[in-house]
Amino acid sequence: MTSSPHLLADDVTVGYGRQVVLDGVTLRVDRGETVGLRGPSGCGKSTLVRVLALLHRPDHGRVSIDGTPVDGVRYAVPVGLRTRVAVLFQSPRAAADPRLSLDDLIAEPLRAVRTPEPTIRERVAELTDLVGLTPDLRARRPHAVSDGQLQRACLARALVHRPDYLLCDEATAMLDASTQAHVAAVIRDYQRTQHAGVLVITHDEILLNRWADRVVGLADAARTHT
Amino acid sequence: MADLAARPALLRTARSRLRLRPGQAGVVTAGLVLVVAVVGSLLAPLVWPLDQSAVALDQTRSAPSWAHLAGTDDLGRDVAHRAVYGLRVSLLVGAVAALVATVLGGVVGGIAGTLGGRVDRILMRVVDTIAAMPHLLLGIFIVAMLRPSLGAVIASVGLTHWLSTARIVRSELLSLRTRPFVDAAINGGAGRRRVLVRHLLPHVLPRLALATTLMIPHAVWHETALSFLGLGLPPHLASLGNMINDGQGSLLTGAWWASLAPGAVIVVVTLAIAVLAARWRDRLDPRVRAELHL
Repeated sequence: MTSSPHLLADDVTVGYGRQVVLDGVTLRVDRGETVGLRGPSGCGKSTLVRVLALLHRPDHGRVSIDGTPVDGVRYAVPVGLRTRVAVLFQSPRAAADPRLSLDDLIAEPLRAVRTPEPTIRERVAELTDLVGLTPDLRARRPHAVSDGQLQRACLARALVHRPDYLLCDEATAMLDASTQAHVAAVIRDYQRTQHAGVLVITHDEILLNRWADRVVGLADAARTHT
Repeated sequence: MADLAARPALLRTARSRLRLRPGQAGVVTAGLVLVVAVVGSLLAPLVWPLDQSAVALDQTRSAPSWAHLAGTDDLGRDVAHRAVYGLRVSLLVGAVAALVATVLGGVVGGIAGTLGGRVDRILMRVVDTIAAMPHLLLGIFIVAMLRPSLGAVIASVGLTHWLSTARIVRSELLSLRTRPFVDAAINGGAGRRRVLVRHLLPHVLPRLALATTLMIPHAVWHETALSFLGLGLPPHLASLGNMINDGQGSLLTGAWWASLAPGAVIVVVTLAIAVLAARWRDRLDPRVRAELHL
C-alpha cells in the first residue's frame, strides 16, 4: 500500500444487540480517488458511513484520517478533524432541520465554528451557485422545496468546510435523473479540483461503474472468518 | 354602474369572511370567554374593589336578585363579586403552578434526554416512583408541610404535575437526537450546546408550551380541590374552592346559589382553556397528539 493521504476504516466491527452488522471490515479511501461501495440492502453500508464519519463508535477496530487514528466519536472528536470528513445522507428530508431555510442550512456549519457573517454570505452564495439553487429557493424552508432541490442544498452544506473526504450514502437514490446527473457532476468536479477522496454508495451499477475509480463489495471488505 | 356591480361582490366577501367554519364557533366562544375572564380578573381590583374580610350579617343567604346577581352567602357576602376574585386566584395558581411544573419537568426531561444513559435511567425511575403515588395525596402532603397560603398551593400543584412534562421532553429529545439532521450538525462541527439550542430546543418548545396550556385547567381544579378540603387558602380569602366549600353548608338550608356561581365559573373557564388548547393541539402533527395521550 502506498502512503498517500487516506481515510481508513481498519478492521471495524459493529453490532446492534446480538446482531453483528459489520464484521471486521477494512476500507480505505485515498485522496483523489472515488471508491464505489456495493452490497445488498441491510448489509451495513450506512453503518460503515456513520463509522467513517466519526458518528458511530465501532465495537472493535478504528478509523484513521491520513494515518492518524481518531479516538472517540461525535462531540468528542475535535471540530477540525470532524469537518474533514463530510457526509451526504440518503434522505435530504431527514438530514435537513425543517426549521431552517436552505440558506441557513448551508450556513449553519460555518456559524457553528464562528465564521464571520460576511465570509459566510460569500461562501453560501458561491456554493448555491455551484449546486444550482436559485435565489428564490434559498429563502425557502425544506417543506417548500422538492427532494432534489433539498439534496442540492445538503450537498452545498456538505462541501461548506471544503472536506478532504466526502461520503455519499445513496445520496442520489431519491432524485430524478437530471438532478442525479447534476449532483454527481458537482461531486466529481469537487473531487478533481480539491483532490478529495469520495466514497459512493449506490444501487445503480451503471452509475457506479462510470463514476468510481474502483468498486468494492462490502462482503469483500469483511474479514473471512471461520 | 361599476359601483353597483361591485357592491354585491363586496357584501359577499364580508359575509364569507364572517362565516365560521364548522367547529370555529366553539373556538371563538372559548376565546371570548377566556379574554373576558383574564381581563376581568386583571381589572377587578381597579373597577370593583372587594374587602375580603367584610361581612354583611343583615343580608345573609339572600337569593339572586338585581342587587346580588348570584345571591349572597351565609355571611352576607356577594357571591358574584367574590367569584370574580376567586377566579383571579384560581387563574394565578393555575398559570404559575403549570409554569413551575413545566420548568421542573423541562429541566428533568431535558437532562435525561440530552445525557441519556445512566443519568436518564436514574431520573426516569425517580419519575416513575413519584408517578406511582396518587398525586392529590402527594399534593395534600406538600401543603400540610407548609402553611396554607398561595405559595403552598402553587408548590403543591406544581411539584406534583411535572412528571408528564418530563416524560414528553425526554422522549422528544431522545428521538430528535438520533435524527440525521443532528448527525449532520455534529458532522458540520456543531458542539453539544449549539445542537441543543439550535436544533433540539426549537422543536421541543412548542410542544412544551402546549403541555403547559393543557395543564392550566388541571391545576385550577387542583387548587379548587385543595381549598375545598380546607387545605388551600385561608378561609376568608375568596377562592373558587373556598367558596364551594362554604356553599355546601348553605346548600342544606336551601341556599343553592352560594356554590353555583363559583362552580359554574370553574367549569366555563377551564372548558374554554381546554377547547383552545385542543384546537392548538390539532394543528400540531399527529405524532404529538399520540405523545400527549389525547
